[in-house]
Amino acid sequence: MTWVETLRAGAEAVRAHRMRSLLTMLGIVIGIASVILTVGFGQGAQQQVRDEIDALGSNLLIVSPGSSTDSGGMRGGFGSATTLTLEDAAAIGDDTAAPDVRRVAPTTSSSASLTAGETNWTTSLVGTTPSWPDVRARSLASGRFFTADEVASGAPVVVLGPDTASELLGLGSPVGQTVTIAGQRLTVIGVLDSSGASESGGSEDDQAILPISTAQALTGATSSSVSTIYVEAASQATLSAAYQEVQSLLATRHGVTTTDADFGISTQESLVETANSTNRTLTVLLTGIAAISLLVGGVGVMNIMLVSVTERIREIGLRKALGATPRVIGRQFLVEASMLGLAGGVVGLLVGVVGSWVLPPLIDQPVTLSALAVGAALLTSLALGVGFGVYPASRAARLTPIDALRSE
Amino acid sequence: MSATTSTPPIIGLDGVRKTYRTGSLEFEALRGIDTAIREGEYVAVVGPSGSGKSTLMNILGCLDNPTAGSYLLAGEDVSTMSEAQLAEVRNRRIGFVFQQFNLLAGLPAWRNVELPLVYAGLPRQERRERAVAALERVGLADRTAHRPGELSGGQQQRVAVARALVAEPAIILADEPTGNLDSRSTADVLDLLDGLHDAGRTIVLITHEHDVAGRASRNLVIDDGRIVSDTPTARAGVPA
Ligand SMILES: Nc1ncnc2c1ncn2[C@@H]1O[C@H](COP(=O)(O)OP(=O)(O)OP(=O)(O)O)[C@@H](O)[C@H]1O
Ligand SMILES: [Mg+2]
Repeated sequence: MTWVETLRAGAEAVRAHRMRSLLTMLGIVIGIASVILTVGFGQGAQQQVRDEIDALGSNLLIVSPGSSTDSGGMRGGFGSATTLTLEDAAAIGDDTAAPDVRRVAPTTSSSASLTAGETNWTTSLVGTTPSWPDVRARSLASGRFFTADEVASGAPVVVLGPDTASELLGLGSPVGQTVTIAGQRLTVIGVLDSSGASESGGSEDDQAILPISTAQALTGATSSSVSTIYVEAASQATLSAAYQEVQSLLATRHGVTTTDADFGISTQESLVETANSTNRTLTVLLTGIAAISLLVGGVGVMNIMLVSVTERIREIGLRKALGATPRVIGRQFLVEASMLGLAGGVVGLLVGVVGSWVLPPLIDQPVTLSALAVGAALLTSLALGVGFGVYPASRAARLTPIDALRSE
Repeated sequence: MSATTSTPPIIGLDGVRKTYRTGSLEFEALRGIDTAIREGEYVAVVGPSGSGKSTLMNILGCLDNPTAGSYLLAGEDVSTMSEAQLAEVRNRRIGFVFQQFNLLAGLPAWRNVELPLVYAGLPRQERRERAVAALERVGLADRTAHRPGELSGGQQQRVAVARALVAEPAIILADEPTGNLDSRSTADVLDLLDGLHDAGRTIVLITHEHDVAGRASRNLVIDDGRIVSDTPTARAGVPA
């Protein structure tokens, strides 16, 4: 019996018990679909983090107050402690103390309600210095950024993110208009370009940037503490040198050692790493669960194949009487199990692909399908069918013709 | 018998015994069968229920192994063969007709008939032609696409006969092929077997009925696992 015939016979048997085949496949369908989706979510989330962090700027060091420098640089007292000051930022900006630092942008951040006419919009308020657009690699869509003089004088000016501008001021030109923050009237002097971070542009494109002195006056802050100091290294090559310089400079200034520092420095790499490692744990966990459901699906295939062997025992006996060798019989059941597995994989893949279109807008999470995941899913489903088909197939192959024929 | 003595035995049984074990119980269903069947013979095996006829038939058909004794099929010792070799022997040399018909309910008549050819490795087109030709021989040319459930009992058994003869085996083994049939269908099936006998096939037929046994050329009477009589019938002289 040729392979083509065996395949045809297998397909026939699968079709002959359509409902049962579908139910058998269901376990594998669910397993494959969930593997595809969880891996897709994991990769989508990683891509999202990547974009978000790339959008921060390039060759960037992020100095935040609070816990010591570790890979968890994003946790701890990010923005909450008050150990960093404007003077720290000025020191880092000094060319002799930190020669590998190109630019520094200290920032304060808070949340505030902006009013323009009848419209209210709550967004994050960022107080900073004129170097911010360069350090954060942001450009202006219209108008201009504020100057050092305006920072020195605490001028009532503000630069809006594109989303903030359109929410607050509609479609007209925002530059020259007035917005009110905490009773203080500020003139809009510029609007930022979109950050370009595809999925996560939201927060980067919705903020109000103003001179750090103006921001402090608005929020009633008296100290010169800042929530984050963005430091741009001269180049990718000098990023780690700049890191060392900033670290030792701040340690000296704060009178602490680098091991029990009251500030943290993150690089983009470390941020990506941190975000990805939490992500990865979740993905591994979910994929593990999906893999277990695949295993259960495989056991389902085995179960049904055993039922099928028992049910068709007379058929097997007859085929053997007519000249089917044990190998031919075994192969037929193995092919049948493999077809169930593969068919389950294909259907599961379709469900996964459809899910990757339908789900992201609903749950606001991107899903990235990779060819690797698709290929692996198909191979896995085939392997499951073959793997769990071996035992039922060998049971069928070993039946003696007379016992099989005689059974009722 | 003079017409057949010159041909070599196609089936040779020597001291064949079969013991069934059910738990600790042993039952000897065959207690030393010695006989030879020559090519072209038409042998009817008769005997009371439980005497061991089906057991003997299963051994002749290589579906079961004797517990002791030797079985030479066309001169070859069957006991030394592997399952795969036995499958090939069944496929090439033997055609079975069962009391229960044993057709596959899901397949149309012609696909039931082609099964031995499938395992013989013939191409699809040739299988189909030969299966249809075999169905024509049993008078079912207009029923090739019917499934067993759409055929009468007699027609189903004729499909089974077509399946038994489609691979042109030397031996046809029939275990009470007419046991489930009315007299009309019985006559049809027996006529077909007669035709096969006339065409030179060796036929071993198990039956309860005397008139059925009378169509054979030789009657083997079995009782309690032994051959108690072995006689040519009135038809023995009719040349094959
Ligand atoms: N698989 C088996 N296990 C145990 N005993 C068996 C088995 N098959 C047959 N027997 C016993 O062997 C004896 C012969 O059985 P067999 O089927 O050969 O009889 P038979 O002559 O064909 O009878 P019948 O005319 O009723 O079909 C019976 O007593 C039966 O109970
Ligand atoms: Mg019997």
